[in-house]
Amino acid sequence: MGAEREPERGAERVVVGDKRKLRLATASLAGCFGCHMSLLDIDERLFELVERVDFDRSPLTDIKHCGACDIGLIEGGICNAENVHVLREFRSHCKVLIAVGACAVNGGLPAQRNHLDLGQCLQEIYLTAPDIVGGKIPNDPELPLPLDKVHPIHEIVRIDYFIPGCPPSGDAIWKFLTDLLDGRTPRLGHPLLHFD
Amino acid sequence: MSEECFDAEELEELLRPVVERHNGEPLQLVQILREAQEVVGYLPAALLTATARALKLPRAQVEGVAGFYSFFHLTPPGRYRVLFSDNITDRMLGSGELLDRLCNKLWVERRKLSEDGLVSVDTTSCTGMCDQGPALLVNGQPLTRLSGERIDRISELIRAQLPLGDWPAEYFRVEDNIRRRDTLLSAEWPAGEALRAAIARGSEAMLAEMKLSNLRGRGGAGFTTAIKWESARRAACHTEADAQAGARYVICNADEGEPGTFKDRVLLSSYPDLVFDGLSVAGFTIGARKGLIYLRGEYAYLLPALRENLERRRRSGLLGRAVGGEVGLDFEIDIHLGAGAYVCGEETALLESLEGKRGIPRIRPPFPVTAGYRGQPTVVNNVETLCKAALIAIRGGAWFAGLGTKQSTGSKLLSISGDVEMPGIYEYPFGVSVEQVLQDCGAGNAQAVQVSGPSGVCLAMHEFSRSIAFEDVPTAGAFMVFGSHRDMFEVARNFAHFFKHESCGFCTPCRVGTSLVANCMDKIGKGLGTQYEINQIFKIHRLLHAASHCGLGQAACNPLFDTLQKFRPAYERRLCSLDFEPAFDLDQALAAARQMTGRDDPAAHFGFAARLPGVAS
Amino acid sequence: MTQPSILLDGLPVPFVDGQTIMDAAMAADIFIPHLCHHPEFKPQGSCKLCTVKANGRYVSACTLPARDGMEVENNSPDLNDKRRTLLQMLFVEGNHFCPSCEKSGNCMLQALAYELEMLSPHFDQFYPNRAVDASHPEVLLDFNRCILCELCVRASRDVDRKSVFSLSGRGIDKHLIVNAESGRLADTDFSWADKAAHVCPVGVILKKRSGFAVPIGKRRYDVEPIGMQVERLAARSADEES
Ligand SMILES: Cc1cc2nc3c(=O)[nH]c(=O)nc-3n(C[C@H](O)[C@H](O)[C@H](O)COP(=O)(O)O)c2cc1C
Ligand code: SF4
Ligand code: SF4
Ligand code: SF4
Ligand code: FES
Ligand code: FES
Repeated sequence: MGAEREPERGAERVVVGDKRKLRLATASLAGCFGCHMSLLDIDERLFELVERVDFDRSPLTDIKHCGACDIGLIEGGICNAENVHVLREFRSHCKVLIAVGACAVNGGLPAQRNHLDLGQCLQEIYLTAPDIVGGKIPNDPELPLPLDKVHPIHEIVRIDYFIPGCPPSGDAIWKFLTDLLDGRTPRLGHPLLHFD
Repeated sequence: MSEECFDAEELEELLRPVVERHNGEPLQLVQILREAQEVVGYLPAALLTATARALKLPRAQVEGVAGFYSFFHLTPPGRYRVLFSDNITDRMLGSGELLDRLCNKLWVERRKLSEDGLVSVDTTSCTGMCDQGPALLVNGQPLTRLSGERIDRISELIRAQLPLGDWPAEYFRVEDNIRRRDTLLSAEWPAGEALRAAIARGSEAMLAEMKLSNLRGRGGAGFTTAIKWESARRAACHTEADAQAGARYVICNADEGEPGTFKDRVLLSSYPDLVFDGLSVAGFTIGARKGLIYLRGEYAYLLPALRENLERRRRSGLLGRAVGGEVGLDFEIDIHLGAGAYVCGEETALLESLEGKRGIPRIRPPFPVTAGYRGQPTVVNNVETLCKAALIAIRGGAWFAGLGTKQSTGSKLLSISGDVEMPGIYEYPFGVSVEQVLQDCGAGNAQAVQVSGPSGVCLAMHEFSRSIAFEDVPTAGAFMVFGSHRDMFEVARNFAHFFKHESCGFCTPCRVGTSLVANCMDKIGKGLGTQYEINQIFKIHRLLHAASHCGLGQAACNPLFDTLQKFRPAYERRLCSLDFEPAFDLDQALAAARQMTGRDDPAAHFGFAARLPGVAS
Repeated sequence: MTQPSILLDGLPVPFVDGQTIMDAAMAADIFIPHLCHHPEFKPQGSCKLCTVKANGRYVSACTLPARDGMEVENNSPDLNDKRRTLLQMLFVEGNHFCPSCEKSGNCMLQALAYELEMLSPHFDQFYPNRAVDASHPEVLLDFNRCILCELCVRASRDVDRKSVFSLSGRGIDKHLIVNAESGRLADTDFSWADKAAHVCPVGVILKKRSGFAVPIGKRRYDVEPIGMQVERLAARSADEES
């Protein structure tokens, strides 16, 4: 059913014909790194990708904070304070931000804790579980505090595109990125589009 | 009423007379549940089981009906159930503060039953007392003209557990507040005059007068009444035997749920004979032997007087067998009470409710005129429409057609409330300008008028020269005035929540969409909205308008759309300049974790500083 | 006399008296998205996925009787856009975590989301708190995924004559209930042999201990998009699962 999609929330298009190499960054928030594995799963096409884009913060580099980028790929939802900071950093540095995978798109598996009370969870895990004596809820300021609920990333910042799947296949990610890089409206049809 | 635990046998005992009163008729389920609740105080699970058994209905169906209506309680609501009318006009008169005050005095949290099971305090959709608000219902009885003093006194009365009958009668006084009379409100015919006139004309001729009058429905849609009557009169009943038995129905829509509307209340309390006459005339004209009045639950206080009046009519031969002395002309009128659901004003949802079901609008076609109550040809008319029909029976269609404008004949009752000196009922010939009305009711500094309630239209100052008529600004009667000091965003937000609360939930767009827009409005209200939310509202508006199953969903975003068009600054003032913000408070989302870990360091918070990347992390 | 027909996206589609737009389209192997419609049951008209434009007015294809010469717009960007928004509403209203759902791959809601290229839920999630009913020996009810299509209600009432299911609540609080004072499925006369056990278009009514039987890639909508399965959808009957 030929669906003409408006990009989400007035997404910016990546400038086509720009001879400059585009910069791409990725991050994993509350996810399982499965989506990153999928990205690496594009196999030999990775070489083609490296031809076309420079990697900023990503599994392929050692960069801690992302700099000005054209494309940001985010895996995972928002479950703690640090996730929010990283996401916001990405949003402010990336022209186009893409949610990758079920967790980023709708909270995914981690969000299935949302009907539980966080206080009670912490209590049970650290204080009252049967094998615990003199337990203590970790309170090191270095540790990010968990949010009361897990959220998909589009509830925190503006997201331009979504690649659903748990994880999306390497083919889906490749199709999406090449559409984008070539200046087409990225589309996933059967069977690339799936939620599981 | 009380909250004791009943055992199943006891409940069956209590239920039996109620079921008997209704002959064990499943179509009476809503009435039976209402009456059973009066006896028991609420509808415990075992009572639903007993009701299902007595009526031979699936239990789940009974529970489904009980769960649909706001005034049915599956858990104890307290011996005193206080419901503040939550129309914007009540809010403007300070109902919010009064509610908080009562909660404080009674040591209860809103929406929660007090620990001793004595009282609960909550809000309810407009109770139709906008001309004498702020108003509330206590155990279904309306209290008007609330003030801080009265609230304090009420809290004492509740704490002293004084029965409602011993409360000051003054508190319960409901005024008519008729400010301008025209042909309808100055009518002074004795009971039965219109019916006798119709009988004298004969049903054919009566229908001809209706056609001549060009009367259009006063309930909102403005459908030509004669066409409705004629279709129902012509439509085939299920069987020939049904037709012989006069198995057609006329129904008086007295649900009056549109916030800001209260003219039917006044007609029912001070012109009941005109209403009953109109209903009888309609019945006579289409060949119905039964008329039903669907009275909104909020107006239950009118029931005793209405029933008494029906008794009187029966004694004087205006009801029952051989009405008006005509052998073979039989007509009965029953009153059904609603139980708190605005959607039941929609005529097909009303029919479902009359048949004892959840008030879900039906699929149309077929329309009620061919398949209505019990599947038989049925006319549904608004209270005011029927009063007009009574006048037409007496004075003729030509006379009526000479009033008002060509396309909008006759007069219209307006229920005027809000920022005016003299709120109340104003009757005008159709065609009157908004300006004129504003002048008459003493609206000095109006910036906007919401005509026909939240589902109607919001007029800004530059539109005040328009006129009240089907061909220009149609209305079901509500006329809420907002002075220049009012915040039109808050007006729209109140309406958004009204629709969210009243959506029947049948169709996807309205069920979810009304919640989504209410959330958008709350987000904007908290200062977290951006242009993004405004776009969302427009998008949802287009969808609801196109795809909703009934008029409720189709109109649900009208007030937002109108105010966004005409009062954009009221929204823009609240928008933040960022391109997107979360709808929830991030710092608050960490509160549970802070409490559990005992942390309070900067990284345990979100604030303005944390918004700048790298600062707080 | 020639057979009456409607013009569906410009294509003449014949119908017989009494057929709805949906009936006519299905008979002609044309896909109109739908969720609450099932050829075996009385039309319901609540999901609104089948919204089409007939003679310029938005209507539900599954409830509106076809009329000769009616011009119907179905596969258009405007309508598909609206349908996608409706799907997104259904997704955020419940809890749909496809990766852990046994219905995944065989689910109509999901298949329609693919068909209409719904890439995200778009709106904020409601994350409602809905308990699962595991009381019944054979069947699990996971209300988190209920889209309130009332197919189980209709099947149990009209075919099984048991009225095991019903809806309660109103508006956004509307929810599915079962026919027992305890509220537990185990306390009803429901059985896996019921028609109602096999009509749920999503993953609410599930047979215990039999999930994930078909491997990914082989499931109903892995094989072919829903839009190409009109014939099967039209032939759904008492002995076949939705
Ligand atoms: C959501 C909704 C609520 C309605 N509420 C009322 C009402 O309270 N009273 C009324 O007379 N008509 C109401 N209507 C209009 C009725 O459906 C119907 O058109 C009217 O009762 C017909 O009577 P009339 O032709 O005399 O106006 C409502 C319609 C909708 C869609
Ligand atoms: S539009 Fe709203 S009120 Fe009307 S049927 Fe749909 S959900 Fe119910
Ligand atoms: S019911 Fe369908 S859409 Fe919902 S979680 Fe299961 S597979 Fe996904
Ligand atoms: S359980 Fe399934 S069939 Fe029943 S209403 Fe929910 S989604 Fe529809
Ligand atoms: S992080 Fe990729 S699917 Fe959850
Ligand atoms: S399929 Fe027509 S409304 Fe659901």
